[in-house]
Amino acid sequence: MVVADLFYTTPGHLWHALGSPEIRYAIRLSLLSCTLTTLLSLWVAVPIGYLMARFEFPGRAFLDALLDIPIVLPPLVIGLSLLILFQTAPLRALETVFPVTYAVPSVILAQFMVACAFAVRTLRTTFAQINPRQEQVAMTLGCNRAQAFWRVVLPAARPGILTAATLAWARALGEFGPILVFSGATRMKTEVLPTTVFLELSVGRLEAAVAVSLLMMGSAVVALLLVRTWGGTGLAGVSSFRNG
Amino acid sequence: MISLRHITIQAGSFHLRDLSMEIPTGSHTALMGRTGSGKTTLLEGICGLRSVRSGSIWVGDREVTNLLPGQRGIGLVPQDGALFDHLTVRQHLEFALEVRGWATERRETRSQELAEWLGLTSLLDRLPAGMSGGERQRVALGRALAFHPPVLCLDEPLSALDDQTRGEIVAVLTEIRNRTGITILHITHNRSEAERLADRILHLRDGRLES
Repeated sequence: MVVADLFYTTPGHLWHALGSPEIRYAIRLSLLSCTLTTLLSLWVAVPIGYLMARFEFPGRAFLDALLDIPIVLPPLVIGLSLLILFQTAPLRALETVFPVTYAVPSVILAQFMVACAFAVRTLRTTFAQINPRQEQVAMTLGCNRAQAFWRVVLPAARPGILTAATLAWARALGEFGPILVFSGATRMKTEVLPTTVFLELSVGRLEAAVAVSLLMMGSAVVALLLVRTWGGTGLAGVSSFRNG
Repeated sequence: MISLRHITIQAGSFHLRDLSMEIPTGSHTALMGRTGSGKTTLLEGICGLRSVRSGSIWVGDREVTNLLPGQRGIGLVPQDGALFDHLTVRQHLEFALEVRGWATERRETRSQELAEWLGLTSLLDRLPAGMSGGERQRVALGRALAFHPPVLCLDEPLSALDDQTRGEIVAVLTEIRNRTGITILHITHNRSEAERLADRILHLRDGRLES
C-alpha cells in the first residue's frame, strides 16, 4: 500500500504540495493541535491512569468502561456528541466569549477525546506494572503519598509516559471523523492534514492527496519507531490503534 | 520496644483480630506462619501501610497508630528489595535523608559510612539494574537504616537468595544488630534462618500469636 502510494507520486508532487499555503497551514495547525492535545491528554491521563491502577473504589468498573467509550465509538458519533454538547445552554454561553465549535479549539477538543482515552489506557497499564512496594518503602522513608509519586512512581513510569505521549500525538494526527463534524472542513481555518486529504480528494487532486498522505505515513512511522525505542511500556493495554 | 495492643486489621476478607504482642528493645524477633496467615498484613499495619481498625501500636514510649509511615521511625526491607530503578546506590542511601532535609555534607558522610559498612563503596554510582540479589538486599538494608530508625522490619529478606548470598546477608544482619542495637522484626518461612538470627520466635496461626 505504502509502496503503491510512493510509486503514484513524485518528489515534484510532494514539493508542490509542501509549497501550497493551504497545506502549509494544515501542517502548522496539525503540529500545534497535536502537541497541545498530547500535553492535555497527559495532564488528564497521568492522574486517572494512576487512580485506576492503584485504588479500589465504588463505581470503578463503570468508570473503566466510560473511559474506553471514545475508543470503541464510531468517530463520527464522537463529533456529533461534541456538537450536541456545545448546543447546551452553558456551553453556548461560553462560546459567546470563547468560540469553540468550527474554530481551532474544536480541533483540539475533538483530537483530545480519542487521544486521551489511548493515553489513559497506556498509563493505567504502566502504573499497574510498577511494584507498589516501591511507593510503600518511599513512604516509610519519610515521603508522603504525593512525594512518593513524584520521586519514585513518576520516574519509574517515564518510558510509559513517553509511549502514551507518542501514541496520543500520532492518534491525534490521524483524527478526522470528529473534526469533520465538530470543526468543519474550512480551508485555512480548521484544516488539519486529514482534512487536507479529504478536501484534495473531493476536488479530484489525487496527487496532492497522496503527497499529504505520505507525509502522515512518515510521521506515523517515526512515532511508532519512537514508541519502540522507548520500550513500548504500557502498549499491552492498547488493544487497537484504529484510524478515525 | 514495639508494642501492639489489641489491634484489629482488615485486608479484604481477611482479619487479624485483637492481636497483642511486645517486642523488646534490641531484640531480633522472627515472626513465622503459613502463607496467608497474615504476617505481611501485620507488618504493613505496624509500618503504617495498612490502616488499623482498632487497638494501638507503640514504638518505644510513642504511640504511632495514627502517624504516617515516615513518622514512625521504622525501616522496611521488603522481600525483593523494591529498589528504585532510576536511582544510584548513593541516591538510595541518601533518599530518606534528603526527604528529611539533611544537609548535603551530612548526607554524604552518612552514605559513605553505610557504603563502607555494607561493602557498597564500589557500587555507589551504579544503578540497581544488573546487581546481584545480595547486592540489592544490602542496598535495601542501607536505605532503610540510613535515617537511624529504632526499628527495622524485614519481610522475608533472604527468601529469594541462593545459599551463599543468604549466608552473607545473615552475617550483615547480625552485624547490624550488634552495631546498632536496633529492634528487628523479621518475617520468615524458614525455621533454620529464624533460629540462626532471632532470639525470639513467634508463630502467627489463625490470626493469633503463639511463642
